[in-house]
Amino acid sequence: MSNAPAAAKAKPGKTPAPAHRKPLKLRLKENWQLYLLLLIPVVITIVYKYGPMYGIQIAFRDFKASRGIWGSEWVGFEWFERFFSSPNCGRMIVNTVLISLYSLLWSFPVPIILALALNQLRFHKLKRVVQTVLYAPHFISTMIICGMLRIFLSPSGGLLNLLLGTSIDFINQSSLFRTIYIASGIWQEAGWGTIIYLATLSSVDTALYEAAKVDGASVFQRILHIDLPALVPMAVLQLILSASNLMNVGFEKIYLLQTDLNKPVSDTIAVYVYEQGILGAEYSYSTAIGLFNTAVNIVLLIIVSRIAKKASDVQFV
Amino acid sequence: MSAQTKALGKKPGGLSDKASDVVLVVLSVVVMLLVAYPLYYILVASFSDPYDVYAGKTFLLPSQFTLDGYKAVFSDDSILIGYWNSIKYTVVGTIFSVVMIYITAYPLSNPDLPGRKFFNIFFVITMYFGGGLIPTYLVVRDTGLINTIFAMFLPGGVAVSNMIIARNYFETSIPKELKEAAEIDGASKLRIFWDIIIPLSRPIMAVMVVFSMVAYWNDWFTALIYMTGEGRAPLPLVLRNILIASETSASQASMISGGYAELNKLTESIKFGSIIVAAAPMLIIYPFVQKYFEQGFMAGAVKG
Repeated sequence: MSNAPAAAKAKPGKTPAPAHRKPLKLRLKENWQLYLLLLIPVVITIVYKYGPMYGIQIAFRDFKASRGIWGSEWVGFEWFERFFSSPNCGRMIVNTVLISLYSLLWSFPVPIILALALNQLRFHKLKRVVQTVLYAPHFISTMIICGMLRIFLSPSGGLLNLLLGTSIDFINQSSLFRTIYIASGIWQEAGWGTIIYLATLSSVDTALYEAAKVDGASVFQRILHIDLPALVPMAVLQLILSASNLMNVGFEKIYLLQTDLNKPVSDTIAVYVYEQGILGAEYSYSTAIGLFNTAVNIVLLIIVSRIAKKASDVQFV
Repeated sequence: MSAQTKALGKKPGGLSDKASDVVLVVLSVVVMLLVAYPLYYILVASFSDPYDVYAGKTFLLPSQFTLDGYKAVFSDDSILIGYWNSIKYTVVGTIFSVVMIYITAYPLSNPDLPGRKFFNIFFVITMYFGGGLIPTYLVVRDTGLINTIFAMFLPGGVAVSNMIIARNYFETSIPKELKEAAEIDGASKLRIFWDIIIPLSRPIMAVMVVFSMVAYWNDWFTALIYMTGEGRAPLPLVLRNILIASETSASQASMISGGYAELNKLTESIKFGSIIVAAAPMLIIYPFVQKYFEQGFMAGAVKG
């Protein structure tokens, strides 16, 4: 569904309209087994996906487990007011937005550049080995990545300090937190991110390269004029998909890399939601903050997709 | 494609092509080393004396080769329990996920299923909107899943993005004629699913299995929220105490008779060993299905 427009673009003039529409009753009868298959996923999705959506209303109630959702008193925007008047509210919102936006800006172009380079690599064995290695960090748990980061960044004998000949306590430096967060994110996911672009590039008509060669185009020119334009629709799509997750990414890593000393920049909404909700059992309050986070995310998503739409002629749902 | 590119290479390419080859090779090798080195460094460290690691003697090769770290890892009860839990959650979760993806993707790949569009939207919405942490927690709690294995996978429902990849694969990569011929022969939808779709979609199934396995093996957040009971934490969550909090577990402490320095040394070497032990299974598995990744993404990307 979400990538449907990319399809429309890839296959213009494709009209699915099946000519042989049988009557609805017959089609229902023919397909009853398919509905049977769908039954379990649909029930699970209703209970565990739509159920919680319905439960969001406790953000506007004073939820007491003993009274249930409907029995709990309606309090309007009280929880939101409490959040906005809490001392670290501004800091958390700013930190969340900055970490998300910066990591989107830095992480987004890297896989595209890597894919463009890998695609032109003519030594196929080397290409395969490079790809395998680049994918590896994606398969490692955030927990392990953060454990490694703490080892590498340790002030006493950490790899980075050994290489630099210093003894800096990187993880406790507020000014370095975002850099650590984003750089390690690129290290972990940029290679994996190339797949979607490499797959797109593999459908580029090789006759175009031949023609470009005959015209004397260099490899760089071929990348610029053939490969890059071919990636634009997919890149825009990826940008919008990551924007739809902007405010949600990062709980795990921020939570694991957070220390008392880097809190001025690592204090974010997601961590606060967890602390208040799960550790503090402040269900309504936590839900309200989470809802606020989602609302900000939707606004950001709309802004990003507007810009992306303007920047390209691709259409999105 | 590859044959053609090779043919291109054989033509007298001119200096600029050769030069750019060199640039591309150097670039990709440098990037590859940047990605690989941190992992290699931990591997080397896991076989070294931790004090030598912190003294910078293990940049390329182990120093004072030792297996103490691994011995400590495999004699630590909490790690072993975590390992076993992770295996359980991964196996059961993967089976659940792949079955769910298949029984959702197949009906939705049928063009003449009444309500197909509705069901598509029904599932895709959950990709973009959710109830959030606490409302989901409350449903999970109220349905009695806390501290049961079901909490690890049921609330995740259908992995929608994977389901879309599978659905598109069924639509585009399995010949329509086969399904039609089977239908004319009177095969039911279920029979087509079982005899045509499942056998002919091995590559995508391999990809789905690996994706799901990786997701469950590496997940600790779900367990942090729902598996709070004693002895239920999966491996990554157990490792949190060792890697993030740098705690020494009681079982480690009891093994040591050499005093504080020895204990400290062990705490450090167990870090390296446990990272390798936790990361190794997935790092060993994924290269086997790597060639299907692009195929899968291609099918998923071309026709959304």
